[in-house]
Amino acid sequence: MVAPEPSAPRNGAMALVAERDIVACRQLVRKLAQELKFTLVDQTKMITAASELSRNTIVYGLGGEMRWEIVTEGLRSGLRLAFEDHGPGIPDTALALTDGWTSGTGMGIGLSGSRRLVNDFELRTVVGEGTCVTITRWR
Amino acid sequence: MKDPTRTFAEAHWIRMKQENALFDDVLKTEPEALLKSWLIEAAQSGDNVAIARTAPHDAQELLGSLQEALRADADLARFDDAAWGRTRSVLSELSQSRAAQGASAGETSYFVLAIKKPLFAGLRQRLAADPERAFDALWAASTLVDRMAQWTATTYQRSRESVIQRQQQELLELSTPVVKLWDGVLAAPMIGTLDSSRTQLVMESLLQRIVETGSELAIIDITGVPTVDTLVAQHLLKTVTAIRLMGADCIISGIRPQIAQTIVQLGIDLQGIVTKATLADALSLALRKGGWVISRPAR
Amino acid sequence: MDRIPILKMGRCLLVTIQVDLLDQTALALQDDLAERISATAAQGVLIDISALEIVDSFVGRILASISGIAAIMGATLVVVGMQPAVAITLVELGLSLDGVRTALDVERGMALLQAGERSHGGA
Repeated sequence: MVAPEPSAPRNGAMALVAERDIVACRQLVRKLAQELKFTLVDQTKMITAASELSRNTIVYGLGGEMRWEIVTEGLRSGLRLAFEDHGPGIPDTALALTDGWTSGTGMGIGLSGSRRLVNDFELRTVVGEGTCVTITRWR
Repeated sequence: MKDPTRTFAEAHWIRMKQENALFDDVLKTEPEALLKSWLIEAAQSGDNVAIARTAPHDAQELLGSLQEALRADADLARFDDAAWGRTRSVLSELSQSRAAQGASAGETSYFVLAIKKPLFAGLRQRLAADPERAFDALWAASTLVDRMAQWTATTYQRSRESVIQRQQQELLELSTPVVKLWDGVLAAPMIGTLDSSRTQLVMESLLQRIVETGSELAIIDITGVPTVDTLVAQHLLKTVTAIRLMGADCIISGIRPQIAQTIVQLGIDLQGIVTKATLADALSLALRKGGWVISRPAR
Repeated sequence: MDRIPILKMGRCLLVTIQVDLLDQTALALQDDLAERISATAAQGVLIDISALEIVDSFVGRILASISGIAAIMGATLVVVGMQPAVAITLVELGLSLDGVRTALDVERGMALLQAGERSHGGA
């Protein structure tokens, strides 16, 4: 088992509290995706997914954070992002993952759409405690 | 009373420094002799002339990085540490250039393993009077060199993988050309089975060419596609949707009778996409849409 | 907060989006356009997104809204210059942008708007 080059940091986090953090999040994910040499289309998909999920965290999750990590699996590398909040949680996940579902204030296509933009998608949520969405895109 | 863990850690540190100093001594005393012995040993694995030429330089670089690491108190047992960073990158470069020169993975890692001969000889010479320490030192040296060879093999594999990937990509691109049929009309002839990655590629290059040429019409010809099932239809629909989103339009041509039947049977909704049986019909329609009138003077 | 400038060209309004949009900037654009369409009795609105590298569902919905608002006020919206990667992502996202007309570039967008004006008999 060979360890990766310890040249640049391989993980980090950023707060998602105010609306402007959505833009900051997009910029950070763009930087990471470029460092990982994602194709333009893959970059765009990942940044767009991050935009959707960070907005969800801020608007519906009442604030939280995004944790990022550069992951390696055998010979491939990828970017993993986890969006976590301690908000109301999602009562019906099956419904939430159907296109166009609205929690009353328009979460709409963000959650289900993001799932199609990434390779791995994991949703963990507990009503009254919060939500964590983890997405991964491999190069 | 000294804290026992501290004492242990200190003892370990002292031993490590001694070991590093010993190794460093082996490497810096008579480096030419060491290099010569190494290169002779390494040459046993192959006759590649290009590699034989660069081998001395490669060996020097590797040696230099080893000395640097040893002097920076790198732990021989932990090749993954940051202290071995330069050695790892020297090895990566080595395997990449060897891969490019056509050496095999075996030849490349053999080059690294060959350093054991002169290294062991040097250690044995210095520790002749202390067989126990000699064994420990040889073991540490062997483990380190093995890790280095492992690293080399892994990076070799990675570079080969990326070469293969690049070649596959080029092949894919060659087999899905986008051609300009007329001012403002592009055609993408699809040949073979339409899988997800194929369609992605066509979609991306088609969209790119639409922007580059400012073409408002794209004809996707599926004459060469053997079957169309719901999945293939989905891929095609996505492509057409993307084209429309950008402000251009799309005609699908080359619909063979069997395919037409399958589409109806499967209940696939083509969502208002214009389809034509032949590329010629599609071109004719495209020209008309573009306001072109073709006339043939009476002979 | 920076508001996106709206230019007037004949009976059309022209907007070029060149920055990564804050949600509130997009909302402000919607408000400003509604107000300007009304104030100028514009017949066409052209939004140039050729510099926009990310269009997510929020921006997508704003564009659809603007299209609807413009239509109610008798104007047509044309969005031009969508980048290929953006188009591919929007399709995957599932955003159809139904009802929003698009064109490859500003020239063609303007031609589309002017053709529309002509067919409405001018005013």
